[in-house]
Amino acid sequence: MNSQLLSLAIWVPILGALPVFWIGSERRALVRWLSLLVAVAGFLVTIPLYTGFDVSQAGMQFVEKTPWITRFNVQYFLGVDGISMPFILLNSLITIFVVLAGWEVIEEKQAQYMGAFLVMSGLMNGIFSALDGILFYVFFEASLIPMYIIIGVWGGPNRVYAAIKFFLYTLLGSLLMLVALIWLFLEAGGSFSILDWHKMHIGMAPQILIFIAFLVSFAVKVPMWPVHTWLPDAHVEAPTGGSVVLAAIALKLGAYGFVRFSLPIVPDASHHLAPMMIALSLIAVVYIGFVALVQTDMKKLIAYSSISHMGFVTLGFFIFNAIGVEGALVQMISHGFISAAMFLCVGVMYDRMHSRQIADYGGVVHTMPKFAALFVFFAMSNSGLPATSGFVGEFMVILGAIKANFWMGFAAATTLILGAAYTLWMIKRVVFGPVGNSHVAELTDINGREFLVLGLLAVCVLAMGLYPFPFTEVMHASVDNLLKHVAASKL
Amino acid sequence: MKTLYLMVPLAPLVGAILAGFFSSLLGRAGAHTVTSIGVAISFVLSVIIFQDVQAGHTFNGTVYQWMESGGLKLEVGFLIDQLTVLMMLVVTFVSLMVHIYTIGYMAHDEENWPEGSKAGTNSYQRFFSYISLFTFSMLMLVMSNNFVQLFFGWEAVGLVSYLLIGFWSVRPTAIYANLKAFLVNRVGDFGFLLGIGLIAAYAGTLDYAQVFAKRNELAALTEAVTGWPLITAICICLFIGAMGKSAQFPLHVWLPDSMEGPTPISALIHAATMVTAGIFMVSRMSPLFELSDTALSFVIVIGAITTLFMALIAIVQTDVKRVVAYSTLSQLGYMTMALGASAYSVAIFHLMTHAFFKAVLFLGAGSVIIAMHHEQDMRKMGGLRKYMPITYATMLIGAIANAGLPPFAGFFSKDSIIEAVHLANVPGAGFAYFCALAAVFVGGLYSFRLIFFTFHGEERFRKAHDDHGHGHDAHHDAHDDHGHHGPVEPHESPKVVTLPLILLAIPAIASGWLIGTILYGNWFGGAITISEVHKGMATMAHEFHGIFGMMTHGVTTLPFWLAIGGAATAWYLYIARPDLPAVIKQKLAFPAMILEEKYGFDRFNDWFFAGGSRLLGRGLWKAGDQVLIDGVMVNGSAGAVGWFSSLVGLIQSGRIYRYALGMIFGVVALLSLWRA
Repeated sequence: MNSQLLSLAIWVPILGALPVFWIGSERRALVRWLSLLVAVAGFLVTIPLYTGFDVSQAGMQFVEKTPWITRFNVQYFLGVDGISMPFILLNSLITIFVVLAGWEVIEEKQAQYMGAFLVMSGLMNGIFSALDGILFYVFFEASLIPMYIIIGVWGGPNRVYAAIKFFLYTLLGSLLMLVALIWLFLEAGGSFSILDWHKMHIGMAPQILIFIAFLVSFAVKVPMWPVHTWLPDAHVEAPTGGSVVLAAIALKLGAYGFVRFSLPIVPDASHHLAPMMIALSLIAVVYIGFVALVQTDMKKLIAYSSISHMGFVTLGFFIFNAIGVEGALVQMISHGFISAAMFLCVGVMYDRMHSRQIADYGGVVHTMPKFAALFVFFAMSNSGLPATSGFVGEFMVILGAIKANFWMGFAAATTLILGAAYTLWMIKRVVFGPVGNSHVAELTDINGREFLVLGLLAVCVLAMGLYPFPFTEVMHASVDNLLKHVAASKL
Repeated sequence: MKTLYLMVPLAPLVGAILAGFFSSLLGRAGAHTVTSIGVAISFVLSVIIFQDVQAGHTFNGTVYQWMESGGLKLEVGFLIDQLTVLMMLVVTFVSLMVHIYTIGYMAHDEENWPEGSKAGTNSYQRFFSYISLFTFSMLMLVMSNNFVQLFFGWEAVGLVSYLLIGFWSVRPTAIYANLKAFLVNRVGDFGFLLGIGLIAAYAGTLDYAQVFAKRNELAALTEAVTGWPLITAICICLFIGAMGKSAQFPLHVWLPDSMEGPTPISALIHAATMVTAGIFMVSRMSPLFELSDTALSFVIVIGAITTLFMALIAIVQTDVKRVVAYSTLSQLGYMTMALGASAYSVAIFHLMTHAFFKAVLFLGAGSVIIAMHHEQDMRKMGGLRKYMPITYATMLIGAIANAGLPPFAGFFSKDSIIEAVHLANVPGAGFAYFCALAAVFVGGLYSFRLIFFTFHGEERFRKAHDDHGHGHDAHHDAHDDHGHHGPVEPHESPKVVTLPLILLAIPAIASGWLIGTILYGNWFGGAITISEVHKGMATMAHEFHGIFGMMTHGVTTLPFWLAIGGAATAWYLYIARPDLPAVIKQKLAFPAMILEEKYGFDRFNDWFFAGGSRLLGRGLWKAGDQVLIDGVMVNGSAGAVGWFSSLVGLIQSGRIYRYALGMIFGVVALLSLWRA
């Protein structure tokens, strides 16, 4: 199959960002509309990836392969399977929302702001479609830069600390990954192809080392307990759009790394270390759930909630059954919608009140009823209410966990109580009750643009909750293949 | 037929969507019309389907495939049999009555909202949207043919309950109560989900029929990790879900607080339908529960505790709605005992009669509350019977039925439960029988106390109102609007309120007479399975000789005289010697305090679970995240890097002779290595 669709998905937003930069922030209207145009075009070119996807095929589709650095046999090698394809669509869709969310509220350097997000969107698509180790690494590291800039330039008062913490945390992790990539290159007889690595036999000791090298890198990104503390800081300081991309897409990169690298390349080490991974995941679900409960800053609360929900993803991967792995993937997509929506909701309030403190609110429903309805809806999906996407992934992972071990399912299912407790307690204090103060009394309800963004996300969340079939359908073949692969020893 | 089945839940959903999203467009009349028509369509279709099922046409089929993963097919589908169709009739009928009643009850809802609140501008329409959405969810729950859809309905009714308890979201008590209700229900759902997970793991399917087909295989297994007998583990987990939804001890704590919601939903959700979802679910699962005597024993004991101890609290309550709420808890306990006694059909029968008489009691209480201008304290009522005769008559019917006196509906269902518990042979049945009998006396007492306190005796509202002035600020405007500046002059409620009361009072009297058909004619057919070893129902069927036989026998048995005794005690205490209750309360201060404190559950939960969680969360956050991870690990390693670089920095002094010296040493070292 020969197709340039993946290249388009990567380069349309990146190249489209160039004229946005060039126009400059003085011509704001033009910048916005052009950014929106690029974002929409970037999403449209990804749609054929879904419609043209062959669900019966487990292997890579839409493959592109050209030599890049011939000296080290590095290839420009792209392709997607049922695991990675949905994320390209998700990422491109979220980019549209991010552009719309920054429409009026970003007053300084808007061209650079929009451009940075467009570039990042392209780089993310590159990460999800790269099949060459070095190409993956380049996209992976390059994506740090726009995010670093977004937090560092458009962030809150403590943005520099947060940006550096974010950058160092993630960079240190990925250096070990580079070592592992080079080792695999040498061991594979001079190939950086990830698909070649999947087939390679590796001894137990190196498998463990490689697993740990990848783990450090990916665990930081997910983030897994105990390397999660950069996330709340980054979210608090990031502008709304930054938080949205961070939560909806960037966190998925680490989880994706586990299924693309760790599980198939070093299956024996994955099995051997699975109890540790499961333990860390369950700690994330329970421990972080309690921590989220006592947060006083809404963004921090949602950041901790994100960590807790991502615990389900890593849990699902390491119980090695189909419903668990597919549940984890569904959870990743669903969390993309819900966390994006939650951060956008906080952004809507922050734009008006310039406060994220729960204590500064109360009775928002009386002044912003439309917004309140949407916020409560997303809060309910964040607590895993059936018929919303938040339920599907958690439900599948819990079923998978009970199948693997009752007590694992037991610990995971506590999210039913904890997730509802921290989310709805926040809702109680922010949305309901008598009007909290004169600032709340002066709030104006969401405008058409905000309503459009949140409304579209609500439709996504509801659609995925009512009819998840199309989402799991595309995953089946690839997940089955992955599990077969993981079950076979490579020693 | 399948289209009809689909239309039953969809008609109220369409009504809910229209009233919710197009509230300004439709206006008040439009909103209550579309939602009421939607529910009316559901009711009529339910009647048609009922007749079809009577003719022997049951149905079990898929609507669409929701998802498939790991060989597990999850579908949305309907199972239509006698059990389903009975529930559909009860739900749609009570819902329709409540829709009509709400037109009157919520007519002045704008008075309940602070001035300028935009949430208050179309609260009337929103309320109708919610109750229709509830009807949709409840129908999805009862019509489901699989566990996923059951869980969907289960949580969806919880959501609507949350929205409706907190409907008057400006009141701190309401939004405390709705959060509490949701979280306590989630504790139950936690168990429920584990039960569903065990079924999926061991049966490999979540379709009822397929699971039931494998029930004997499941019964032979033990859970791999825990070593528990599988079927017992599954049933107890599922029952924990029922304990949450049907408010069984110790997860009962949310139901009394849910009275913060508007009265129509107390009748619809927190008495007639949603809280009975647990009873329905266990009956639906009778093929599984029948295989575990341990689970049945657990069920009967929990039911027994709930029945007696919640009835006792009802005696000391002074809020008219809360008396009815505790009475509901006690009645739900009866149903649960019936489940534990393997008398599933009796539980469903009581569910049905209770839905009617409890809806009457709640809606009647609401009618009283309207008349008293949102006063709910019975100590400020009394003597209302001559002002509101219809409300009085219907509530009296409800109270007699609640007390279980013949020939009212409650007698037949409650007496059957007591008999079934008497005949049950699972461990704990003896204790349950004692609780059931004791609760009959208490039930008679609190039911008639409610009636006497509210409708008879001195007209305390005149005095109380003069003393108290306007206690409730939220309703201050309401008084002015009605021009009541002096003492309240109670009056009968409008027709939209009394008509549903009358229509519900009829089945509150007569629905019990169907006992022969529903319980003893094998009416439920294959919908309910009873194991051969549980002979209670068979014995009762043998002893049943028509409703007149049952009544003439009933008046010679202990339960009847206990109920009469309770009623007589109420008469003595609240009509003959109204000075006595205060004296008794003084003499028995300690037991009275225990009951008024509701055994201390709320206090304990607030302190231990809510407070403990926050303490734990704060501890993990401060000690774990901030001190250990960020302090020691992150900033610690940053500090270590700084310390190391300052050490290395010493070498970079910038003095040429030091560098030269270093180079010489280096060259020497390299050379010596080279030679070796």
